[in-house]
Amino acid sequence: MYLFISPWLIGFMVFALYPILSSLYYSFTDYDIIHPPKYVGLANYNEMFHNDLFWKSVVVTVRYTFISVPIQLLLALGFALLLNMKIPFRGFFRTAMYFPSMVSGVAMSLLWYWIFNPSIGLFNYVLSWFGISGPSWLMSPDYALYALMIMSFWTVGSGMILFLAGLQGVPASLVEAARLDGAGRFRIFLNVTLPMISPVLLFQLIMGVIDSFQVFTQAYVMTQGGPNYSTWFYVYNLYTSAFKEYRAGYSSALAWVLLIVVMAFTALIIKLSNRYVHYEGGGRK
Amino acid sequence: MSTIPTAGPGATPSVNKRRRKIDAVSIASFIALVATTFLMLLPLFFMVSTSLKSKKELLKFPPTFLPESWQWSNYREIFDTLNFGQMYMNSLIIGILTVVGTLFSSALAGYGFARYRGKGSNLWFMLMLSTMMLPYPAIMIPQFILFSKLNWIDTFLPLIVPAFFGSAYNIFLLRQFFSTLPDELFDAGRIDGCSEFRMWRQIALPLSGPALATVAIFAFIYSWNDLLTPVLYLSSSDKFTLPVGMSSFTSSRFRIPPWHLLMVASVLAMLPIVALFAIAQKRFVEGIVLTGIK
Repeated sequence: MYLFISPWLIGFMVFALYPILSSLYYSFTDYDIIHPPKYVGLANYNEMFHNDLFWKSVVVTVRYTFISVPIQLLLALGFALLLNMKIPFRGFFRTAMYFPSMVSGVAMSLLWYWIFNPSIGLFNYVLSWFGISGPSWLMSPDYALYALMIMSFWTVGSGMILFLAGLQGVPASLVEAARLDGAGRFRIFLNVTLPMISPVLLFQLIMGVIDSFQVFTQAYVMTQGGPNYSTWFYVYNLYTSAFKEYRAGYSSALAWVLLIVVMAFTALIIKLSNRYVHYEGGGRK
Repeated sequence: MSTIPTAGPGATPSVNKRRRKIDAVSIASFIALVATTFLMLLPLFFMVSTSLKSKKELLKFPPTFLPESWQWSNYREIFDTLNFGQMYMNSLIIGILTVVGTLFSSALAGYGFARYRGKGSNLWFMLMLSTMMLPYPAIMIPQFILFSKLNWIDTFLPLIVPAFFGSAYNIFLLRQFFSTLPDELFDAGRIDGCSEFRMWRQIALPLSGPALATVAIFAFIYSWNDLLTPVLYLSSSDKFTLPVGMSSFTSSRFRIPPWHLLMVASVLAMLPIVALFAIAQKRFVEGIVLTGIK
């Protein structure tokens, strides 16, 4: 066995274990990558809590996560429910919904950068059909983050496919039995469908939260964290302090806080799920 | 509580009523779907249509839906002006080598985890699973320092070599698959005097086409779309990958970004993914379902 897993084992030591431990060590040092690291104790962590940009990045990231992830999940589930019904052109709709998810992060960012252009962009033009005069989106500190949230809804197709797969696993006999018992559409959804697809929901929630804690491409390509730090995402902050300001020590402290938060979130969601998520056969995963 | 409609005069109206209600819901859903699909496809449509517009037409408001004059030459121009061919090749080379590396070592490790129970194998397996939760930003600084000590900065090595050590998602996916292969096959191989390595190569691998294809597709898409890693390691423009090169166009170098060319680049960047999707659509969706990677 060790022969087979040895490539991974070596990779694990070199590319995961060693970086994690050394990043823990660096986080207690003052380190500009060129000169040797100098031990400074908890100074980096202390600075973090008094650093406005750190708090700004936390607020931006948390706001983005708490608003966009739930809406993404609702949209993906909604479309999946619609496309699970017997509807004409179902195959076309499924492909069309999934298509935007094939556009790479950078191409998508460029496309939407242009769509959100206040004077020649598509978005405000479409809004004008409904008599709305849109804001200047990415150039406005009040709206830039919302613009990025709107963009994130464009790729709900990939989540939709996961939900569709989950929905197809719901036994038709269960739904039929509920219907014969006089349950309406909504009751069936709430008491039969939802519990049956709750593992998919949980999985997407975890992945969605973890992904949105790590938003980088949008901030790097579209806004450079601006305007006025309104899209100063956590990982963008981390990237800037490490590779623009050459503060590897401080950045490592940021990295460790991210690591702990992601681990804690995953643990929390899994713990909650033991209470609410239904697994086939009553077993717990 | 049973409310099965009994045969009789009272039952008919209620059944009719329900059928009408379902129809109304279906029609409403259909309209909602048409509307949202239109909105979803609109940006894509504009991506393609803008890629064929002239520079002058870009600044028109309201934007034109179809190009006034179709500038097919944009698709040639991008190869002349933006170093695009080179970037495309770089991305392809890195993508393909990443796929080779990922397939080889993830299949090895997946097989090891699936077919052998050794001392501490559970511990290693749990460790492997836990690295799935490891955010890349948390390890990128020490990795960067490691690679810069190896003098690998501004080479493709930091983007390719880690793939040759396997990745947790893919190992897990392949392990699940290898576990479903019947033991009898391997017992027979062992009796015939097959070495463990040969069993992996000649029994396990040939039976794993769909799973390996899924891993290959995901590894390629991930590498093709990745921005953060190449941004860290590549500095000279002839080494840029597609995402790095494209993202550099929004920088201050251009007062007004050449949108028509950027949309050409976006369309061309999408092509390999669409092609992969078209070739392996069913497998692709199964793979997404299997692993949950987006």
